[in-house]
Amino acid sequence: MTFEDAIFYFFAAVLLGSAAMVVTIRNPVKSALFLVLAFVSAACLWMLLKAEFLAIVLVLVYVGAVMVLFLFVVMMIDVNLAVLRQGFADYLPVGGLVAVLMVAEIALAVGPKQFAAGRLAHAATHVAHPHYSNTRALGMLLYTTYVYPFEIAAVILLVAIIAAIALTMRRRPDTKYQDPARQVEVRAQDRMRIVKMRTEPKA
Amino acid sequence: MVSLSQYLILAAALFAIGVVGIFLNRKNLVVLLMAIELILLAVNLNFVAFSHYLWGMSGQVFVFFILTVAAAESAIGLAILIVLFRNRRTINVDDFDTLKG
Repeated sequence: MTFEDAIFYFFAAVLLGSAAMVVTIRNPVKSALFLVLAFVSAACLWMLLKAEFLAIVLVLVYVGAVMVLFLFVVMMIDVNLAVLRQGFADYLPVGGLVAVLMVAEIALAVGPKQFAAGRLAHAATHVAHPHYSNTRALGMLLYTTYVYPFEIAAVILLVAIIAAIALTMRRRPDTKYQDPARQVEVRAQDRMRIVKMRTEPKA
Repeated sequence: MVSLSQYLILAAALFAIGVVGIFLNRKNLVVLLMAIELILLAVNLNFVAFSHYLWGMSGQVFVFFILTVAAAESAIGLAILIVLFRNRRTINVDDFDTLKG
């Protein structure tokens, strides 16, 4: 067992353990925190696969943004855990059965017989150019071959921003707020009435 | 020397845990979204592993786009969750049955 093997097994164990905690733990806040751990160990595995840029992006975007969003939402809503846990034990046997069957089937399909170390070893041991940069290679592809999908991805993010804001924005009827547009367009005659009247004679 | 099949089986196990999460937490909408994130992570792990062992960059570009779409999906999903909670005061999936005839 080489050092690389040991690192792989360590991160794989942490990844699977924290993923199991995400789906079984009672408290949604704790399961969000375990999901953070799962993402970080997945990022370490991606480092092992020499996908440095994506590993950093996974930590920055997922741990930094999406999981913080999850934590905000989980802490903002108060959930009745007893109701939400109903049926947990009932579905455990069938869920476990489905999982075991699924892993067994996929392991049969992608097992060592098809993708053993020897069969793709020439690719894995390929020594990169000393000035090779994963970020540069990805950037060259993204801004040339995949520039059109890249811009569509930007539009998807814009749609997500607008949709999230439009869904959650609300006007509370009981709060008082100023409307600057109506303040600006007000005219003097709307607010002020000049009354002509005789001066009062001195008594 | 870690082989490709080890990464693929690891991703399969992660995918299975995500599916089990959907089975077990079918009432809790937040944990359902987290299980979907786990499933997407397993798929991304497959893409990165194949990209490394077949020495091609297209898999990593695909992971980039999956991350973008997954971030958009979870943002909109959580926004819908907030609106549902504001209107119904619950995130129990069984209570969202007003469209049932």
